Parts: sequence; C-alpha cells; structure tokens
Amino acid sequence: MKRHLISAADLTRDDALLILDTAEELAHIAERPIKKLPTLRGRTVVNLFFEDSTRTRISFEAAAKRLSADVINFSAKGSSVSKGESLKDTALTLQAMGADAVVIRHNASGAPHTLANSGWLRGSVVNAGDGTHEHPTQALLDAFTMRRRLNAGKGDLEGRRITIVGDVLHSRVARSNVLLLATLGAEVTLVAPPTLLPIGIETWPCEVSYDLDAVLAKSDAVMMLRVQRERMNASYFPTEREYSRRYGLDEKRMAALPEHAIVMHPGPMNRGMEIAADVADSPRSTIVEQVTNGVSVRMAVLYLLLGGSEPAITTSEETAK
Amino acid sequence: MSTYLIRNAKVLGGDAQDVLVSDGRVAGLGTGLTAPEGAQVIEADGHVLLPGLVDLHTHLREPGREDAETVETGTRAAALGGFTAVHAMANTDPVADTAGVVEQVWRLGQQAGRCDVHPVGAVTVGLAGERLAELGAMHESAANVKVFSDDGKCVHDAVLMRRALEYVKAFDGVVAQHAQEPRLTEGAQMNEGTVSGVLGLRGWPAVAEEAIIARDVLLAAHVGSRLHVCHVSTAGSVEIIRWAKSKGWDVTAEVTPHHLLLTDELVRTYDPVYKVNPPLRTAEDVTALREGLADGTIDAVATDHAPHPSEDKDCEWAVAAMGMLGLETALSIVQQTMVDTGLLDWAGVADRMSVRPARIGRLDGHGRAVAVGEPANLVLVDPSARRTVEPSELASRSGNTPYAGMELPGRVVATFLRGVPTVIDGKLA
Repeated sequence: MKRHLISAADLTRDDALLILDTAEELAHIAERPIKKLPTLRGRTVVNLFFEDSTRTRISFEAAAKRLSADVINFSAKGSSVSKGESLKDTALTLQAMGADAVVIRHNASGAPHTLANSGWLRGSVVNAGDGTHEHPTQALLDAFTMRRRLNAGKGDLEGRRITIVGDVLHSRVARSNVLLLATLGAEVTLVAPPTLLPIGIETWPCEVSYDLDAVLAKSDAVMMLRVQRERMNASYFPTEREYSRRYGLDEKRMAALPEHAIVMHPGPMNRGMEIAADVADSPRSTIVEQVTNGVSVRMAVLYLLLGGSEPAITTSEETAK
Repeated sequence: MSTYLIRNAKVLGGDAQDVLVSDGRVAGLGTGLTAPEGAQVIEADGHVLLPGLVDLHTHLREPGREDAETVETGTRAAALGGFTAVHAMANTDPVADTAGVVEQVWRLGQQAGRCDVHPVGAVTVGLAGERLAELGAMHESAANVKVFSDDGKCVHDAVLMRRALEYVKAFDGVVAQHAQEPRLTEGAQMNEGTVSGVLGLRGWPAVAEEAIIARDVLLAAHVGSRLHVCHVSTAGSVEIIRWAKSKGWDVTAEVTPHHLLLTDELVRTYDPVYKVNPPLRTAEDVTALREGLADGTIDAVATDHAPHPSEDKDCEWAVAAMGMLGLETALSIVQQTMVDTGLLDWAGVADRMSVRPARIGRLDGHGRAVAVGEPANLVLVDPSARRTVEPSELASRSGNTPYAGMELPGRVVATFLRGVPTVIDGKLA
C-alpha cells in the first residue's frame, strides 16, 4: 500500500481487499464490551477539518481512539486558519507537533494531494473528502457494506451491478466509488440529469444513464447521492419537485428493485428529495449500517498506514505498537 | 556611443554576415567587414541574429505588487529573454486607467533603460467593465498608449466593447481582448474536460473563450475597427480567427509560449505553478495553436509573463494565483515547439515575436528589418545551446516558472537596445 490515501485510484485490488478484510476483523471489536485495541498506542492522529463534517470527523476519531492513538481535532473554524493561516503553515505546525497521520477534510479539491506531496509533513495523509474530488474512505465503507450484504463479507464485487444516482458532478463520493468499484470488478451505472454529469464522463470506468427506472430492475445496490441546497437555485434542474420525481427513490421505485438489492446513502440525507423517508427507513436501507462500517474501515486504513506489518488484533501488550 | 561589430551572425537564420552597429543603428551589413577603430568585436560564431523581440503582453506588477515584480526586475528579465520592448498590462494597483498611472509606468521603464516599456491602458475604469476609461488622455500622455486592455477581465458587455472598438479608431489604437465569458467561467479552476472531471476542479470551457472571440470579430467587422485577441488557447479560437481573417477583417491574435507546450494533464499534480488563465488546454489545442502560429492565423507570441510571490503559489490549487513567468524562457519554448519541429524558420520567429507584435502595438522603432540605417534593436541567439531552468537564477523577482528543472534549447547571447547592449555573453550588461 502507498503511504497516503488520497484517491481510490491509489488502491490496487489487493490493497482494497486487504483493507476490507482487515476491517472485517476489526469490526468484531465493536461487539466487545471494551472496544479498544492497543495497536496505535503512542501514535498521534490529527483530524484536520477545514470544512464542517461532524459525522466524518467523529468516525475517524472513534476509529483512531479504538486503536489507542492520541487524537487531536483541528477544526478550521475558530482556529488560526480562520485568521488566514495558510495550509502550509498549518502543516508545518502539525509536523512540529509530531503528527503520525493527518486526516484532512478540505473544501478545495486537491488539498490532501498538496499536503501529501509538498514535503511539509512526514506523516501519512488520509483524504477525508476534498472539494468535489474524492472521498476514498467513504468508497471503502460503501464497498464494505455491499460486500457484507451481497457477498457475505468476502472477496470482491465481481459482476455486481451498482447504480449511483444524483449529483455526480459535485460528488466526491461518486468519484471515489466509481474508481474503487471498478477496481473490485463491479459494474457501475451513474444516473443523473445531464447537467449534473461532468464533461468527459464517457472516459470513466462506468455506464451512464439519464433514466433511473430503466436501470433499477438490474441493480444489486442503489446509492442515492445528496443534492446540495446550493445547486437547487443554479438551474441544474428546474425544481426540487421535478428532480425528486425524475431522480428520487420512492417506494414505488424501490419495489422495482430485485429482492436482494440494497439502498444506500452516504448521508446527510434530504428526506423527501432524493430519497423518500419510508425508503430511508426500510429494511433494505443500509444507511445506519454504513455509519457503523465507517468506523471499522477507518480503523483498518489507519492501522494499515501506521501499524504496518503487526497483526491488527493482539492479545499481549508487548507486541502492540 | 560605442560601436560594435557582430561577426558571423546568421541574420534571420540565413547566411553568416557581419553586422556593424553604430550610433544606435545598423551601420553596415556584409561579409568580411573590418572593425572600425575602437569598435568592440562580438564573435557570433554562427549564432542567429533577430530583430529585438517585442512582447504584447507582460505583467510588470508595478505599481502595487512590487513584491512580485517591478519595472526594474521585469525589464531585466525581458532583456535576458531577448526583448527590446514590452507592453505592460494595466491590471496594476492602482489600475492603469488614467494618464497619470500610464505615465508613471512609462517613466519607470525609461529609468530602467533595459527595454522599452509601453504601458497598456485599461479599457474600463478600474477594469470594472462598466464605463470607458479616459482612453484619449492615456493616448495623449507621454506614454502614448496605443493598446488598451482589461486583461485579466473580459470586456463582456457587448455595447461597451463596441464603443471601445469604435472610440480608439480616432488615434489608431487597438483593443486587446481577454476573451472569457464570465458566467461560463465562474469559479473556474482549469480547462473543462476529461481531466477536470476526474480532479473535481471547476471547469473553464473552451466555449467561454470562443464565444467572446466570435462576438468580437463580428463587432470589429461591423464597426470597421482593429481587434487584437489576447492569449488564444483553444483550437476553436484558432478556427474563428482564421475565418475572420479570411473575410479580410482587421483581427490579430497572440498565443503564449506555455499554451504552445503544456497541457492540462499537468494539473493532475495539483501543483499551482500550472494554474494560469486561460488554463492549459489539451494536446489537440496545442497542435492547433502551433499550426495557427505557423500559418500566420496567430500573429504573435506574447508571454503573459505573470509573476507571483511564493505564498500565492505554495498553497492549495483553489486559492493559488493564476499566471506563470514567461519572459526569460519564451524564445526557448518557441524554438522547441516551432523551430526544432520545422513549423517555423528563424525568419518566421522574427516575424511572430518582433515584426508583427511591433506592428500591432504601432511601435515604429521595433520589429524592423536587420538592414543598414534601421534602429539597432537586435538579439543574438545560440540555438545549439541547452540550459536547465533554475527558478532562483531568473532575473524576475518571482520564481513561478512551469519549466523549472526542464532542459530547454537555445540561449540569448546578446541583446541590443538602440545599439546599446543590455545583455552580453548571456548576462546583463
């Protein structure tokens, strides 16, 4: 595995399977009364969040803490960053404090890449979502969830048909998912109004459709993307109502899915917009499960980037690092 | 004033000749010339002699951003790049939209003395695109402004553009348009295409440039004015300009060295040194631009030399400033992309980097033939030399060159401004 996790494209099939298999092992920790391993004791993980994201931050925080790492949360709001400190100076500060890993969420696409390649930091950089670029741990937790529901938690996703619906243009979740799912052998179809698909999409390793109803019957999983509020008044589609009618997942559409198919959403949801409340709360929905799985997958990522070759779960304190 | 005998120089890349420079003019041309008493002899050893280069598009940053560049440092860079005249863009702080500011820049150029500095006047007050600046006053000032541009911003209001095109006819001025439809490029970060889709960076579509150029050539034709198009960057723009010229309309265009070489694939590094406006485009665009320059559809190479201090480039892509250095590498890039590829000979380089830009800017003393009696604005180039670009060695105050570490062909050996060397042996005189 590479030293940083910036893009889902950084992961080979073997890397991805190693992360997913490790996450499966680590998931059992959550079932124990004491949900903690000494694996990353003495290591420092910094959550560097330039953008508000409570759910991703606490997921990484829980993951690092369950591995006994020291966690520093650095939120841009109310910090020196909001007073105009540059990414470079922030990075140099974190380096001086001895960060072993920096988990970065940034509103600028490429900021994690810059952080990892600038020479400002020696530690590993984990992309926790950058602008409209990528969100690789989200893709990993989605793949983990699909694998559990569709493949009994084993192997890859060869031949599985995954439909991703919504604002692909601005979605880092979609970008990372397309890349990772292709690596794992799944067949991805993106569904969106043409206004919400990027130029050059024909070069992506996936199919594209403008018609949700046409692809539902052959989907093993449907992932609904959040429609950001600010898109709603920018002529990407006429009205919320029309979007919901053409691209929203309601009960009627859910009924068109095969029996075994699951419904996913990275959250936070706009209930009644891209996903009907009844669908979000149905047994087919994995939305809450995805959150749980996020912690296991992020534990696996931090462990593999920082822990290296030691077994993830050890019984004796001596072998733990 | 000193006398120089340049021996065995290939004038415009032709046969080797001796060139005698005296009293600011070319005083003799031929083979086997004898050096007059007291003359300094420069052995050209078969290097190429061209008329001094003329840049239609330079950002000298003074007044306002002296931390990035000054007229002094920028004209040093210009001389080292073989330029004898540069046009200083108007987007300074304060904006060069009054006679006072253009005269200040003009005087600073005179004081620096290494290269003629011709200020470009803003088309609209404060580059705001709302009302015309005092174009006539800038023309009548000591700076004698002939080129007007809101560069960095597009004169997007069609009525205002029409009026500007018409108004400057009174004194043979020209409007140099930065063609960028503003609504199509809000928040734009890079060329819109396959790469922007993957990188999740907001796209700057080719059509935003082409739509404005198409409108402007039609406007220029309608009112019978000259139009100059800045930094053409797309294949479609070349097509539109070719069409406009085929109609006989008075339209000229420039291309930057970087658009002749670099593509948006480089943005995959997220290194802001590649962030520039208009953005780096695709390999197909690069090919079309080279062809357009070769067949004369594009009249001139202009550097769009845009210095930025390191703090404006050493950061995440989205907040980085747009622009890259160009003066000290322009001739090398043109040699690599146009001469060494066989698309243009040295006479062609002289035409696109000196003769035509001087004509567009209406600079009488530049872009002249290398002939007896002409002003001795000359540059001597060694095309066989190779050099590796090292940002800290550049004369510019800033280091934002996209060619750092690259080995480029060609080296400026000497530059003469009206018979006075500004560069000798590749170093400032």
